[in-house]
Formats: sequence, C-alpha cells, structure tokens
Amino acid sequence: MAQPETVLELKGITKRFGEVVANEDISFALKKGEIHALLGENGAGKSTLMNIVFGLYQPTEGSIWVNGQEVLMDTPNRAIDLGIGMVHQHFKLVQPFTVTENIILGMEPKSGLRTDLKSASSKIRQLSEQYGLNVDPSAKIENISVGMQQRVEILKTLYRGADIVILDEPTAVLTPQEITELLAIMKRLASEGKSIIIITHKLKEIMEVADTCTIIRRGRVIDSVVVKDSSPRELAEKMVGREVRFKTDKSAADPKQPILSVKDLKVRGDNGQMAVDGLSFQVRAGEIVGVAGVDGNGQAELIEALTGMRRVEEGEIDLDGVNVVNKTPRVVGQSGMSHIPQDRHKHGLVLDFTVPENAILQTYYKPELTKGGLMDHNAAVSLAEKYVKSFDIRIPGLDVPVRAMSGGNQQKLIIAREIDRRPKVLIAAQPTRGLDVGAIEFVHKELIAERNNGKGVLLVSFELEEIMNVADRIIVLFNGQIVGETYPDQTNDQELGLMMAGRRQGGDSN
Amino acid sequence: MNNLKRLLRQESVWIPIISIVIGIVIGAIVMLIGGYDPLLAYSSLVQKIFGSVYDVGETLRQIVPLILAGLAVAIAFRGGMFNIGVEGQIVMGSLGALMVGNMIDLPPIIHGIVAIIVGALFGGIWGALVAIFKVKRGLNEVISCIMLNWIALYISHITIKAFMAEAGTSRSQMIHDSASIQIQWLSDLFNGARIHWGFFIVIFILIGYYYYMNRTKWGYELRAVGYNKHAAEYAGMNVSSIAIRTFFISGAIGGLIGTFEVLGVFKYMAIAANTSGTGFDGIAVALLGMNSALGVFLSSTLFGALYYGAQGMSFGADVPPEVIKMVISIIIFFAAAPGAIRMFIKMFKRKSKREEG
Repeated sequence: MAQPETVLELKGITKRFGEVVANEDISFALKKGEIHALLGENGAGKSTLMNIVFGLYQPTEGSIWVNGQEVLMDTPNRAIDLGIGMVHQHFKLVQPFTVTENIILGMEPKSGLRTDLKSASSKIRQLSEQYGLNVDPSAKIENISVGMQQRVEILKTLYRGADIVILDEPTAVLTPQEITELLAIMKRLASEGKSIIIITHKLKEIMEVADTCTIIRRGRVIDSVVVKDSSPRELAEKMVGREVRFKTDKSAADPKQPILSVKDLKVRGDNGQMAVDGLSFQVRAGEIVGVAGVDGNGQAELIEALTGMRRVEEGEIDLDGVNVVNKTPRVVGQSGMSHIPQDRHKHGLVLDFTVPENAILQTYYKPELTKGGLMDHNAAVSLAEKYVKSFDIRIPGLDVPVRAMSGGNQQKLIIAREIDRRPKVLIAAQPTRGLDVGAIEFVHKELIAERNNGKGVLLVSFELEEIMNVADRIIVLFNGQIVGETYPDQTNDQELGLMMAGRRQGGDSN
Repeated sequence: MNNLKRLLRQESVWIPIISIVIGIVIGAIVMLIGGYDPLLAYSSLVQKIFGSVYDVGETLRQIVPLILAGLAVAIAFRGGMFNIGVEGQIVMGSLGALMVGNMIDLPPIIHGIVAIIVGALFGGIWGALVAIFKVKRGLNEVISCIMLNWIALYISHITIKAFMAEAGTSRSQMIHDSASIQIQWLSDLFNGARIHWGFFIVIFILIGYYYYMNRTKWGYELRAVGYNKHAAEYAGMNVSSIAIRTFFISGAIGGLIGTFEVLGVFKYMAIAANTSGTGFDGIAVALLGMNSALGVFLSSTLFGALYYGAQGMSFGADVPPEVIKMVISIIIFFAAAPGAIRMFIKMFKRKSKREEG
C-alpha cells in the first residue's frame, strides 16, 4: 500500500504577539486518515497553532499547505472552504435551537424564501449514521447531554464538508463513559478517511487513540513520535522537559483527633431534591480524605454546604469544636476552613482583577490590608509577590488581570492564597481539573504537605487516579449518600468503580 | 513621556477619541447633505461656548449635572448593575431640597447645607429601593427604575400642589433666600451666569469617586461584585448589602443633581409633564467615560459643551440644534460598540501592511 498522502502541512510557522513568541518555527504534517495528537502543557502554544490553522490568527512567518497547495488562511471561512473544521473547547451552540437548526446556522439551505429544514435534517441523519454519532437531529440542544452537544459540534464540521477535524481539549468536559464513546467516534472518523488533530494533555487518551503525537514545549516542536512505539512516561517527560513521577511520593498518614465532623447532613440541590441525603463522616487532623464519585452525586452541594454557600436543611457540621451550620462563608472561613473551589473561574478568582487584588480576595478586610476603610496597596502587592515567589507562579506581570494567566498558574495562586490562611481544614474540589502533568504534581505535593502540617484535607475528585494517589482514606458518594469507605491500599479501580455506580460495599466477593 | 505613550496605546483611550472624531465628521457630512456649512456651524458652536464669560459660566453650569449623572450611572455599572432610574432620583432630590428650602426656616448657610443633605438622602433612598427590590424579590432593576421614575414625578406633582403651589402657574413657590446656594459674587463675575456651590462639591465628588473605587475596601468589594458575583460570595462578601449600598450612593449622587438645580439655578420646581432627561444623558456620559472618574469628567465636559454650543450653531449657521443630538448619538454608538471601531482599525492596518509589502 502506498504511503498515505499528507493533507495538511505547516512549514516553519512562527507567531509573535508583540515581544512574546507563542510559536517558533513549527513544522507539522498530518496524513490522511490519521489521528494526530498535539501534546503540550498549558500555555505551550498548542491552541495558538490551531487557531493559525483555522484562520483565526495570521502566522508571523511560515506557510500552510493543504493537499499539497500553499494557502493563505486569512479567515475561518477560508479554512472551512478548504475542508478544515474545528470543535472548540467551549461549544458554540444556541441552546433553545434544535440540532438541525444549529448545524445549518449561517448557511441555511433555502427553498424559495423558506429554510429547507427537511433536507438538512435528512442529510444530518445520514451523516450521523455514517459515522456512528447517534445524534437526533430534532432534539433541542438544552435537552441533550454535554457529550451529545460535542457530537453535534463534530457533526457541524462534517456537514460543512470537513476532511480535517481539529478537536481542542475535547475530553475536558466529558464523563469517563462519554470519553470512551468519543474515542470510538474518533477512530470511526479516521477509518472513514477523515484526518483528526486532537489537542490534549491527557496521556491516557493519546495512548488509546492517536497514531502520531507531536509534542510542543514553550512554543517549539520537541518531537513527533509514533504512539505505538512510545510510552506515557516518554511522552510526559518530553512534554514537561524533565522526569515526572506518576505515583505521588508520600509518607504514611499520622491522623490525630477529628477536626471536621459531619453528622446526618441533608442539603437540597438547585432542583429542590435532597442532593446530600444524610451524610456522616469525619476528617481527622493530618489526614487526606478523598471523596470519590461520579459528578452530580452531591459533591457540589456537600462542598457548598460545608463552606457556607448553600443552606443546610438538617444535620451538624462541627469544625474543631465550632458549629458552622448555616454560617456565612466569611464566618466559616474565619473558623478555620479554606476552600479551593471546583470552578476557579466562577468562584476562585475575579478574572478581571490583578494578581494582588486576587491574592487578597479572602483577607482584604483584615487590619494588615485595610485601615479605616483605606486599602494598603503595597501590602497587597508584597503579599502577591510572596505567593508568586514561593509557589513559582509564572505571570506576565503583577498588574495584568489574572485572565491572562494559564490555568495552572491561576490554580497555584488560589492554592497559595488558601493555604496562607492557615486553615484547620482544607477543602480541595477538583484541584487539578484542566491542569497539565507538571502542575498536577505540584498541587498534589502541596495537599500532602498540608496534611503533614497537621491539617485535615478533604479532597473531592472525579478522577479515580487522583483519589487513589493522594488520599489516605476514601469515601464513595452515590446519590448523596456514602456507599462505601475504604483505603487506597485495600481497594482497586474496579471495586471503587462499582461503588461509584451505586453498589454498596461488601456486596460481592471480598 | 513613556507613560503617555503607553496610555495612548490603550484601547480605553483611543476608542472614545476615535468615536468623537467619527461623530463630528458624520455630523459635518449630514450638514453638507442638508445644504449647511459645517465649518461655519462648528465654529459658531465653539464661539458660543467661549463667546463671553457668561457663556463660559453657563457651559460649566450645563456640565455639572452631567458629571453627577455620569458618576451615578458609572458606580452602578461598576457594581454590575444598571441605574436607569437617575431621572427619578433627580426628581426626589429636587423635591427634598425644595421642601427644606420652602417649608422650613433656618439661618443662611445652615439652611443650604440641610437642604443639600436632605436632597441627597431623598435620592439615595429612592435608589436604594431599586436594589432592595432586586435582592429581596429578584425584580430586575431596569423595570423597577423606570417605574420609579414615573412614581417620583407624580409624587412631586402631588406634593407641590398640596403644599407649595404657586397660584396661577404650573410650578412650585420659590425657596427661601436663606436656602440658596448660588454664589452671587461669582455669578456677577460671570455676568449673571448661574454659578453655585455645587460646582465645588462636584469636584470633591469626582475625587471621592476615584478614591472610593480604587482605594477603599468598599470600592474593592463593589468591583469584585461587579466583575464576578460568585467569586465575591465565595470570598465572604455580602453581595446583597453591597448592591443596596451601591444603589444608595448612586441615588444620592442623582439626588444632588436635582438639589443643585433647585437650590442653585432655578430656585423652584416645575410641574413638568416629563422628567429632565439628564439621568439618561448620564448613561451616555458613563459609557463614553468608561466608568472612570477622569473619563466621566472629560465626557461630560464634551457633552455639556456640545449641548450648550448647539444653541450658537442654530443662531450662527442656521443649523437645527438637533444635529448636535445626532452627533452625540453617533459618538455614543461607536463608544458603546467598540467592535465596529476595532474592525475599522484592523482593516486600516491590513491595508497599510499590504501597501508596505
């Protein structure tokens, strides 16, 4: 069989923003029917590169070749005409519209003055069947799951004739099951002759699905490897530029007295149902308790109730002898609770504030920062400088909005701030979501250091690997109740997976 | 020098400037199409503003309420809310000041001070109502603001007719002389232009606004709520009370507009069929001034001068003063839709790049 043809080639692409070099002399070739992973840390320049391919940015130097022809990619429409489709990390769908309406938006087929929904709908159905996407063209976006919405985005690119599909961090928003389905879809697309670029920093997915992997670090191509001849360790080391440890080093826990006691806690969710339904557990000083479970089983409500952001219906929360049920977030914080929130953009940071302004978010009213209502700007700046230095936060400057920082550095800033409050209990909700290998390692180390300092740590995570690696004790949440309690060295993924699906502990063998 | 260069490179600086230029140019084009002489029109506009000391004084008088209206809208904007109820707060401020000025006897100076405080309080309470409805009952502030504007107007009608009606006219009785805040000797110096203590109070309020917003704990909280309500809540701020506090201040500033107009300019309150419109102009001022103290000062100066100068335009070049309203609308349009300007700039840049290469 002949070598498959190259459908997309980048030659010597350099992109500068002012003095910042985002991409430097990047060359890259995508073959027909190939799944090509683009691996790199946050801020390595993957997204910039793909935005250049999709016509959103113009390269400072270098050329783009599609099917052997040099092209000027000046607008996304040009890219679409050339058969390139992009699925962005944040979907661009109109919620009250149907799947069909969303897909044809901007290029509605006309019959006379009317939009010809019928023919569009049947074409979409046919595409959906051809690639095994299983999308119902008449469903409304607001009624379908996130994973299904993503398939609509993929379908949209196919409908517009894409032969090259770019997926930007496609699995970040998906549940484990949806990820499996997406990977299967990607393989199906490739086998039908489509070429796929997947931007990601998740090694597991690359190993599972990609044919080739190009690793980018600090704007440069480090290497292009054939995935089946490589290993996750090799990829990770090329990505971060040094050795990485997948297993987090930690000494055995030395738990002391209980410091957070929750008893018969009941909390309602947004829909009025009991989302946390009679929870009782304890966190002891010097211990990391991992809360495992599939998203939506009461984790968010539990954390909000613990931190004073949601009303408790019934039950007790005892924080080192202080009852903090239905106290305001300020009072709960002052009683010794720190909180690394699940959604750092929604809760953890004010994105339009600068680094110092975010550094003082929890403590701005304290006498060291405010006297007689007047804020001490210098004190805020030196606090921010302290965080930046001791947590190695990389920023363009103190006075830029944190919006301009990468996810990993934003998270470091939050962790620095929350740990600096010297809490008795630290609640960490999905603390490594969207972070790359290097940053994950850092976050885990910090959590363990807090534990070693005698703090109680409650780690809520949807990633089993994280729970198994970091927690000293694991409780499993299902439907707002605890279905099992175990220790990382006494269980395995299978057993935890079954409990997360609702099977009570000790239901079978063991 | 470097600082100046950096400042000029910022979007928040050149977008308003470009908007103003576009507004003036389109105004000139429309005048040309209408058969008027735009150069003569604009020069008579400028002449009207600087024509005499009286005109300069009256231009300033026009600017004062615009600054206040701009600040009232801006502070709410910074808190993530829309105060489209400055109109009603002006009416309530006027009414408060009028009642003190007309119905109470106090010694001079003290009388004025008490009237100013009561006027500001009336406006502030009227503003706070909006936020209370919003946080307690979830009522959208735009709806309550607009309804409260009319309620304020009719409350003022009833109150004036019941207690302070001037027989045979559709206005209230005059305030007592002891409550006047006009500065006679300065007015004389400006050939009778109505100059009052409000001019100086406004300068304090401008500086105070800057400090409140950027240097105090309360301003920090306000900005945090405005940028990200959820993060403010997470940080333990009381979002509801911050909203009420913000709307109280906004309303008090609005109330001062009416207070100054009653105590320093007109000395009475008219029973008008409609509100003055100054509060709505404040939205434009805040938009163009990007909610900053300096920006509000500059944009209200521009609008005040344009409004006042428009009279000279119709007199000197026979151009209807409505043209100036159109110019202002165009400026606001481009300032509020900076995307349009960015597009122009991008096209311009690309073109010059192509010519280079």
